[in-house]
Amino acid sequence: MSGYIVRRIISMVLMLLLLTLVVFLLFSVLPTDPARLTCGKACTPEVIAANRHNLGLDLPLLQQYWEFLKGLVVGRTYGSGTQTYSCDAPCLGYSFKRGEEVSVLIKQGFPATFWLATGAFVLWIGVGVSVGIYAALRRGRWQDKTVMGISLIGYSLPSFFIGLVLLYFVVLKWELLPYPSYVSPFENPLQFLQTMILPWIVLAILYAAFYMRLTRNQMLDTLGEDYIRTARSKGLPERTVVRKHGLRAGLTPIVTAAGLDLAGLLGGAIITESIFSLPGIGSLAVNSVVDADLPLIVGITLVTATFIIVANLIVDLLYAVIDPRVRLV
Amino acid sequence: MAVDVDTEARAADGAAVPEEIKGRSLSAIAWGRFRRDKTAMVALGVLIFLLACALFAPLITNLLGLDPYSLNPDAISAENGGVPNGCGLPDSSFFCGLSWQHPFGVEPGTGRDLLARLLYGLRISLFIAFSATTITVLLGTMFGIVSGYLGGRTDAVIGRLMDLILSFPTLLIILALSGVLTQRLEAMGVPEGNPARITYLILVLSVFGWPYLARIVRGQVLSVREREFVEAAIAMGSGTRRILFKEILPNLWAPIMIYATLTLPTYIATEAVLSFLGVGVLPPTPTFGAILADSVSYMNIIPSYLLIPGVLLALVVVTFNLVGDSVRDALDPRAGRV
Repeated sequence: MSGYIVRRIISMVLMLLLLTLVVFLLFSVLPTDPARLTCGKACTPEVIAANRHNLGLDLPLLQQYWEFLKGLVVGRTYGSGTQTYSCDAPCLGYSFKRGEEVSVLIKQGFPATFWLATGAFVLWIGVGVSVGIYAALRRGRWQDKTVMGISLIGYSLPSFFIGLVLLYFVVLKWELLPYPSYVSPFENPLQFLQTMILPWIVLAILYAAFYMRLTRNQMLDTLGEDYIRTARSKGLPERTVVRKHGLRAGLTPIVTAAGLDLAGLLGGAIITESIFSLPGIGSLAVNSVVDADLPLIVGITLVTATFIIVANLIVDLLYAVIDPRVRLV
Repeated sequence: MAVDVDTEARAADGAAVPEEIKGRSLSAIAWGRFRRDKTAMVALGVLIFLLACALFAPLITNLLGLDPYSLNPDAISAENGGVPNGCGLPDSSFFCGLSWQHPFGVEPGTGRDLLARLLYGLRISLFIAFSATTITVLLGTMFGIVSGYLGGRTDAVIGRLMDLILSFPTLLIILALSGVLTQRLEAMGVPEGNPARITYLILVLSVFGWPYLARIVRGQVLSVREREFVEAAIAMGSGTRRILFKEILPNLWAPIMIYATLTLPTYIATEAVLSFLGVGVLPPTPTFGAILADSVSYMNIIPSYLLIPGVLLALVVVTFNLVGDSVRDALDPRAGRV
């Protein structure tokens, strides 16, 4: 087991290195000159040249990448002489466009994204899994067919359309909620809830629809297993059969899917955040692309990919804990 | 001999000749299952109707006397900021802007007919989705077969490549690279503007989509390659290419078909999302995403401008999904409904 974890962590780090390298190379073909972005309109070529040197942008590409990696581990100092700026480890770079360290910007965006993702997660797991189990227990009857129909429509609707329609009806037409404007839940819990409820619902519809199907199919697979027949034939009440024997084995694959989906969302929900103007990582990502803010793009890519890759590992480990039939080698 | 006489005699009497037992092909069996599924047949009907609409969009719009690009200044009120006639803030009704001449209303600011724009939009969206699905299937099948059959180092390299692609924040990368890569495509000779942007969309959708299929195909190949007929082919001295494409590939078409029919609707939706975020096709060329993105600013004044394209997009995706689901049920009855 520990050997497995060590091997997985090594391959994880290699993967992240490769990922950042690819992103670095991909974006080096961008026509915009990052140094040009560092100062406003009244800019002399000398200042740009100086900034380019201070940012290390005059180095060869691979050396820039090396500096970036070094910054991640030991921190990094920009500039030389009296005008220096030090960025502590883990240094994801410095966005001159916004005059702030990339890691600080991502940290600022994280709370909104975190609340969005976790709130939606609770909703969709609660609704999706329980409705899925219900449908599985009523397989082939009208309840099952209704649930499957709704789920099909749910995952066919593009999230931006659900978001816009909800925004139109709930906020603009019926004026049930004020226009969304994000605040921290510790500052103004009521406004927080009023802002977040619609984005939560939008994401939850999208994912719950998928989880209903997943849960239903998993449960049906499990309930067809021999040991379920054994449990029934030894006279256990149906409730115990479903809860103790069915659920545990049936729900393990859902843990995998849920972990990866949650991690993906923690990296920012681009569409939902833009529609409801939540100041999260997703909005930050879109803005960084609009501004061609290279350090920020690379930083966000690295952070979101890390979430996904780490979640992958955690999920695989969890899997072995929940389902003893799984051996990690 | 006696049997023959007997049969002939019965045939002469007009009695039923015992039907010859025919072997049914896999596709015939699947089609039989599909035909018995009522929802599937209805969905297939709608799907064919939508495809016909997309294919004959120029013809239909001509017949209706509409055009997606011509301006209709008389359908909008200039003093009211260019919103369609009858629409305005204090008492904007749900159906404002709709008329017999323009059943789905018109685009604010220009007065272009929305029905014609949606028909043309459907055409472009479907073209993008179909092309991207085709490339995805080609790439996924090829990499999946090669990876599964050859195994070893090839498998490891392709496997890591797939992991890498799957851990990218896809949407972010697609957004970020759109400008540069579109320019690259234009420099490579793709006509400027929308052709280059559409090519870019098709390429990124396929490049980020194939690993999912490749995984499925690889898994199938791993089991198929151990079967006797593959061994026989090897014993007869067939080359690797022959084994891959003549022996193994024909056994994979069910999972590939299932994947393709379920991917197509996702690509239609993704294309709409990308156009919504501004990566896709440029105005005045219509697509679902572009029309919806434009409708956001008028949401409060012209609700039908948001809802009609949105519902239509949802209808298209739902129909494709329904058909895809039924195709899966027909080809692989165990997978979906147990």
